Amino acid sequence: MENFNYVRPAKVADAVKAMKKAKDGKYLAGGHTLLPTLKQGLAAPTDIVDLSGLKNAGVKVGAKSVTIGAGTTHAEVAGSKDLRKAIPGLAKLAGGIGDPHVRHRGTIGGSLANNDPAADYPAAALGLGATIHTSDRKIPAEKYFTGMFSTALKGSEIVTAVEFPVPKKSGYAKFPNPASLYAMVGVFVAQLADGSVRVAVTGAGPGVFRAPELEAALAKNFSAKALDGIAVKAKGLNSDMHASAEYRAHLITVMAKRAVEAAK
Amino acid sequence: MPAISMKVNGQAVCGEVEGRTLLVEFLRDKLGLTGTHVGCDTSQCGACVVHVDGKAVKSCTALAIACADADVVTIEGLAKNGKLHPMQEAFREHHGLQCGFCTPGMIMAAVDMVKRLGKKLDEDTIRHELEGNICRCTGYHNIVAAVKAGAASM
Ligand SMILES: Cc1cc2nc3c(=O)[nH]c(=O)nc-3n(C[C@H](O)[C@H](O)[C@H](O)COP(=O)(O)OP(=O)(O)OC[C@H]3O[C@@H](n4cnc5c(N)ncnc54)[C@H](O)[C@@H]3O)c2cc1C
Ligand code: FES
Ligand code: FES
Repeated sequence: MENFNYVRPAKVADAVKAMKKAKDGKYLAGGHTLLPTLKQGLAAPTDIVDLSGLKNAGVKVGAKSVTIGAGTTHAEVAGSKDLRKAIPGLAKLAGGIGDPHVRHRGTIGGSLANNDPAADYPAAALGLGATIHTSDRKIPAEKYFTGMFSTALKGSEIVTAVEFPVPKKSGYAKFPNPASLYAMVGVFVAQLADGSVRVAVTGAGPGVFRAPELEAALAKNFSAKALDGIAVKAKGLNSDMHASAEYRAHLITVMAKRAVEAAK
Repeated sequence: MPAISMKVNGQAVCGEVEGRTLLVEFLRDKLGLTGTHVGCDTSQCGACVVHVDGKAVKSCTALAIACADADVVTIEGLAKNGKLHPMQEAFREHHGLQCGFCTPGMIMAAVDMVKRLGKKLDEDTIRHELEGNICRCTGYHNIVAAVKAGAASM
């Protein structure tokens, strides 16, 4: 790993300033994606701007929405009693990311900024229709995820918080890759306050996406049975040594059923 | 080079680090605490697990400089007055190791597990909680037995 300058500002504005000044800067949150990347020599930034000094961890549960600070660890999200009542599917998702040590350091802001096609949080953000708060603006999930490892974030923009609407019911089920623990297929289902149903899929394609055929079936009848015989097309899905596109397509319906069964 | 200080196993320590110095490098190379191991390059094996401010973390995936002023406990900090920690004793008693390379991380993970989930742990929970700790020798059977017994005696 190449050496770099290190700063840990206490304010968002100072972090943005430090990033703008850097020749080739990178933000650091929990480091559980970035540090392995640096160790493998896949990136060699001149400057690291550590966001942990912003101290913006915390889960605030309101009547209509839940706001989670970008620096909140997966363990803190999973452990929030209020969140477990308000959005059980989201708390469960966080508790299934990686392993206990990963959950002690990895953050929701880092995960959403990274947008790994097999990461868990993007499924909840798109499945619930979350809003990503940044140093400059508020971005709806619909516009935020723009493809593999790609987001609407620009230059030195920082994710500061994520706001999730409180749904009637939500559930998440993932088929983890047993070695990496990332999702081979993960499906988040939500029945929102207005009764509409959203289904978001991670791990299966080049980026998180909604499954309209499953949403239509569940909108009529929010039960696992309603998904019997509904197949998702394999075209465009990932095919690799772990699973073919056809297998992933099959898993989407299976995981969606489990997510609906688990939904509370 | 910036100088940092932190508490390690109850003692105040300080040293110079580069930005890129990992916590595990600081512990092993600067402080000579070689009980914490490095078993992979991908943050997956858990041989490097230590406690930072009371939480189990992979010290190969944290910058030393980001842990400045933290309270760190390593495997060397568990035994007290020449007496093994109950979890260490349980690994000895139940043959929870063969080559021993994964053992420091396993034990630090196990102690963290008990702190979070209590002393009564069933086999399923233990196996699930050890997903971040890889052992190439034992097949896990005796590790699970050791964690169960160690938890009960903590
Ligand atoms: C062994 C292992 C298993 C894992 N398993 C899973 C899994 O099952 N599911 C899963 O979803 N993930 C998994 N992960 C990834 C983990 O969740 C990471 O913590 C997460 O992807 C990145 O969060 P971080 O806080 O560690 O970010 P970092 O690694 O610090 O940063 C990631 C990227 O985001 C940028 N960034 C960070 N924070 C911000 C911000 N606030 N604003 C703008 N940019 C920012 C950084 O510059 C960097 O490019 C795993 C990781 C490991 C090591
Ligand atoms: S050396 Fe830290 S996880 Fe393998
Ligand atoms: S005892 Fe050898 S790796 Fe676990």
